Amino acid sequence: MNNPEKERRPSRSGNRITNFFSSPKNREQSLAMHQQQQSALGSSTLNLPTISLSTASGIDHDGSDSTQTLFSPLTAVEAEETRKRHAQFGPLNDPSHLYVSMHHGEPLEAPVVDEPPYYILITTYISYLLLILLGHIRDFFGKRFGDKKKYQSLKPYNGFAPLNDDFDSFYTRRLKMRLDDCFARPTTGVPGRYISIMDRKSDDFNQTYQYTGTTTETLNMSSYNYLGFAQSEGPCADAVEECVTRYGLSFTSPRSDSGTSDLVIEVEREIANFVGKPDAMVFSQGFVTNASSFPALVSKGCLILSDELNHASIRIGARQSGAVISAYRHNDMNHLEKKLREAISQGQPRTHRPWKKILVVVEGLYSMEGTMCDLPGLIALKDKYKFYLFVDEAHSIGALGPRGRGVCDYFGVDPARIDILMGTLTKSFGANGGYVAAEKHIIDKLRMTNTANHYGETPAPSVLMQILSSLKLITGELCPGQGDERLQRIAFNSRYLRLGLKRLGFIVYGHDDSPIVPIVLYNPGKMPAFSHEMLKRKIAVVVVGYPATPLISSRARFCVSAAHNKDDMDRLLAACDEVGDKMQLKFASGIAGGADPLPEGVTPEMEKEWRKANGLEGVVKPPRWSIEDVVAHGVQDAKVRLR
Amino acid sequence: MDLDEAQILLKSWLRYVVTTFQKLPGSAVLVRYVQSSYQNDPIRSAIELILVIFFIRYLLSPSYSTQKQNYVKLRDDEIDELVYEWSPEPLVAPLTAFEEVEAEKLPVIVGPTGPKSKLSNGRTVTNLATYNFYNFNANEQIKEKAIQTLRTYGVGPCGPPQFYGTQDVHMKTEADIANYLGTEGCIVYAQAFSTISSVIPAFCKRGDIIVADRAVNYAIRRGLEISRSSIKWYQHGDMDDLERVMLKVVKDQAGKKLTRRFIVAEGLFEMTGDSVDLPKLVELKEKYKFRIILDETWSFGTLGRSGRGLTEAQNVDPTQVDMIVGSLAGPLCAGGGFCAGAKDVVEHQRISAASYTFSAALPAMLAITATETLSLLQSNPDILTQCRDNIRAMRAQLDPRSDWVTCTSVPENPILLLVLKPEVVKGRNLSILGQERLLQECVDEALANGVLITKLKTMPLLNYVGSQSGGWQVQPALKVCVTSGLSKKEIEKAGITIRHAITKVMTRKSSARTG
Repeated sequence: MNNPEKERRPSRSGNRITNFFSSPKNREQSLAMHQQQQSALGSSTLNLPTISLSTASGIDHDGSDSTQTLFSPLTAVEAEETRKRHAQFGPLNDPSHLYVSMHHGEPLEAPVVDEPPYYILITTYISYLLLILLGHIRDFFGKRFGDKKKYQSLKPYNGFAPLNDDFDSFYTRRLKMRLDDCFARPTTGVPGRYISIMDRKSDDFNQTYQYTGTTTETLNMSSYNYLGFAQSEGPCADAVEECVTRYGLSFTSPRSDSGTSDLVIEVEREIANFVGKPDAMVFSQGFVTNASSFPALVSKGCLILSDELNHASIRIGARQSGAVISAYRHNDMNHLEKKLREAISQGQPRTHRPWKKILVVVEGLYSMEGTMCDLPGLIALKDKYKFYLFVDEAHSIGALGPRGRGVCDYFGVDPARIDILMGTLTKSFGANGGYVAAEKHIIDKLRMTNTANHYGETPAPSVLMQILSSLKLITGELCPGQGDERLQRIAFNSRYLRLGLKRLGFIVYGHDDSPIVPIVLYNPGKMPAFSHEMLKRKIAVVVVGYPATPLISSRARFCVSAAHNKDDMDRLLAACDEVGDKMQLKFASGIAGGADPLPEGVTPEMEKEWRKANGLEGVVKPPRWSIEDVVAHGVQDAKVRLR
Repeated sequence: MDLDEAQILLKSWLRYVVTTFQKLPGSAVLVRYVQSSYQNDPIRSAIELILVIFFIRYLLSPSYSTQKQNYVKLRDDEIDELVYEWSPEPLVAPLTAFEEVEAEKLPVIVGPTGPKSKLSNGRTVTNLATYNFYNFNANEQIKEKAIQTLRTYGVGPCGPPQFYGTQDVHMKTEADIANYLGTEGCIVYAQAFSTISSVIPAFCKRGDIIVADRAVNYAIRRGLEISRSSIKWYQHGDMDDLERVMLKVVKDQAGKKLTRRFIVAEGLFEMTGDSVDLPKLVELKEKYKFRIILDETWSFGTLGRSGRGLTEAQNVDPTQVDMIVGSLAGPLCAGGGFCAGAKDVVEHQRISAASYTFSAALPAMLAITATETLSLLQSNPDILTQCRDNIRAMRAQLDPRSDWVTCTSVPENPILLLVLKPEVVKGRNLSILGQERLLQECVDEALANGVLITKLKTMPLLNYVGSQSGGWQVQPALKVCVTSGLSKKEIEKAGITIRHAITKVMTRKSSARTG
């Protein structure tokens, strides 16, 4: 380390990457030899089924060399290796389980939002009322007669004002605490296809937890691991290991001091290429990417028009910028246009001076709703109203589009039409941090005005290499074919799961191609119940309620990954089917999809005429398919227009 | 006759109205109500009638917004014209001359960062511009541990801490930091820079009072701004002024509802390099019932016998400081930040600190690295001694010996901030930008002689104006970061190079003129 001359690295990045790739092969060879020796010793006589290795090694499926199967029984070590690999990234069961995520040119329609029966709404409100009432009663008596220590932070103590306002913390203490064990479940190991949850129990209603020391391996429907890059082995991990050996652990300096390295410059160049912008800059945290970018872009005298469901980091950043903030209804282009016309014609409040600039801020994919932004609609408005467009691709980058390059790729829009493309590197790339991509002169200025660039730490070498190697995998520069497979697997899984849930009778939010699949639970009590029931079936899900969602629509959210395969989706569907019946969750009225299949010989185009001929116009049947039918029809139906 | 007929007609019509009225459900109630309320008081009934009419009118009136009193109603074609005419400013302004120089001079390091770093121009220089004080970055043992973690956890945790992003390694790191510091609990954030900006607004709300040092760093200012609390400033490092401000707050608040009060200070000030008198701070806190938020970003891992920070250096019980915020990203060579304090304080942040709740968790590799470097510091305080020897050696070359600059950092601070002496600034009538320009020349000159140093980044703070600035002006400074990765000799040599570079720039003819 003290002698960098000794470790001269190759000048071209491509060489470096290929170098990283030579090592795993050697390792595999040595491993294979080791295993041969092991089997020679006769350590294993297990009779194992045929396991196809074609998917794991990323070989094209339509190629003739795809039938690389092992027929010989595996040794115990080998079986354990395979099991571990498959726990992180599932094998593809069938080449037909792929789909290209792409928009087909028609205007983006808002997904149909189904409504539950009235008694569900009423019981939901009653539930909240009861919870609030009980909470206040308990607070009233607790503060007077309860455990002193527990209530100390709510009461003035020794002349200090209470640390938390009891009103501010009421929700956390009295409502969230009841389902606290569904949140922040500690995990261990790789958050890949499966995730190991550390078992814990609570004897005092979630105030404290006792860890039993055991773990449960569950199907991971909770992590933002869209392209399945959460892996502790494979090309990315090998590249990261090599990188740590070479670069060390950290750059220990902000970018503008001496934290700018050749590696970070290379990552920025690759990201810019990937999203289709001339330049980009990376940050060590996604939250701060947004929080510090807005003050660098807009200031007093500017207007931010923000989608009402934008993420908190956008709201915090916007608030710090000093610009006036106005929200428009989620994805409602008419409302946005109305706001724009008003803003431009009226100017700034009171003074009527024209706005310096207007920045419209949207997310590519909304993490709680599973809806996409209406990019074609926004572009049309942008041409007319000359605002600047900021797209937060935190969830859409990697997860959408035939080449995984986010909403622009999905809708076939030239990225040059969008002023600022922001995204995170946490979700699809299995790394951490965020990026901002734009024209070169914009990035040059942002490097000077964005405070995170001056004071925030540079991403660690390991994180940068994870970004770089996963990007190269997606683009096909490394292991050609594997990137495409990942992209097509997540697209298929998303559609398959969404269709299946609709057919089972759940109310599902979001657009068809979205890998975020929320189902609505409504009653607050069903949140912990659903989470526990799924955990019993060894499936890890995220439940969210107020204030992250509207009061009424508490939901469970499934995050689909390329690491899942159809078996995993079927397992989830079967579990949902059971739990849905048990907990009375199937409310769908049929207007949002999940209709019965059309009879033989009737194509979707002919559906309208067929309905007319049979007097079925306007007849909507609530979908309540059996799980067997869902599985039987799913694969082919997920690839056509969902109905 | 006609009149009679009309009268009969009217009567029958009236009777019809009365009977239909009586047939209406609830009419009896209405009659009874009017009768009982009448009570021989026609004025009362009249007022009630007016109220009813007003109520109906109010219900029927169109709704209007209270905000748009200043609204100009325009026709659609007029709006179209305005839209057509409106041309926004460019999204970003062009680079200023100062920024262009900054961008051009940015050093690019090839390969790992270390005491000797290779730059993109092929030269290997002594790197005194990085917080790698103990050179943990080159420690093979920690690297090995990080790689082991990679092979068990992958890189990213792929989710926020509340949704399965909390891993056992994070819990271990939190427990380790809490043990190390001696606090009840600790919470680890994913980035050091955003930690304090989130910790402050998690506790300080509108109506609360914060007394802050005028020289606090940018991240704290951002936190103060988001909190919307009322901010009072005290003179940098002046404990008497602090007491005066606190006393005033207590007086102003007497008789009002008890609100939360906080003191915000830094262990080692990022902008000046000096430190705060913590025992006095704790004394004042107890006296006037304030809470302390102490930003130990620069002092954690550097001050104290085993690097525990200001509390250890000044012998203060860490539990007397309510919130200790620190960084794992600097000398510890990991990433992320933390806030240590009582259990209540920590748990409250898990749901209400924005940069914890809305951000992905820290990568496991970095969490483990922090644990490892902490245990190294704890078990081997010699590392700190060695670094302090180097600091002394470097300081000896610069502060008393240079005619031009003086060091504002405390003697234990491995970051030496060198500002131009007041008489130099005064004598040459130097503006802030003028000082920046001179210091940049010093940096360039030192680099030309093989020593990489850097400047304090003052621009974001200079952009704060008015009440937000706290009435304090940051002074541009050279930043020299000492590391134990170099021998004493090498440090001394680098110190001489820097001193000569400064002298050369300051005695240059052109600099004397432009200054």
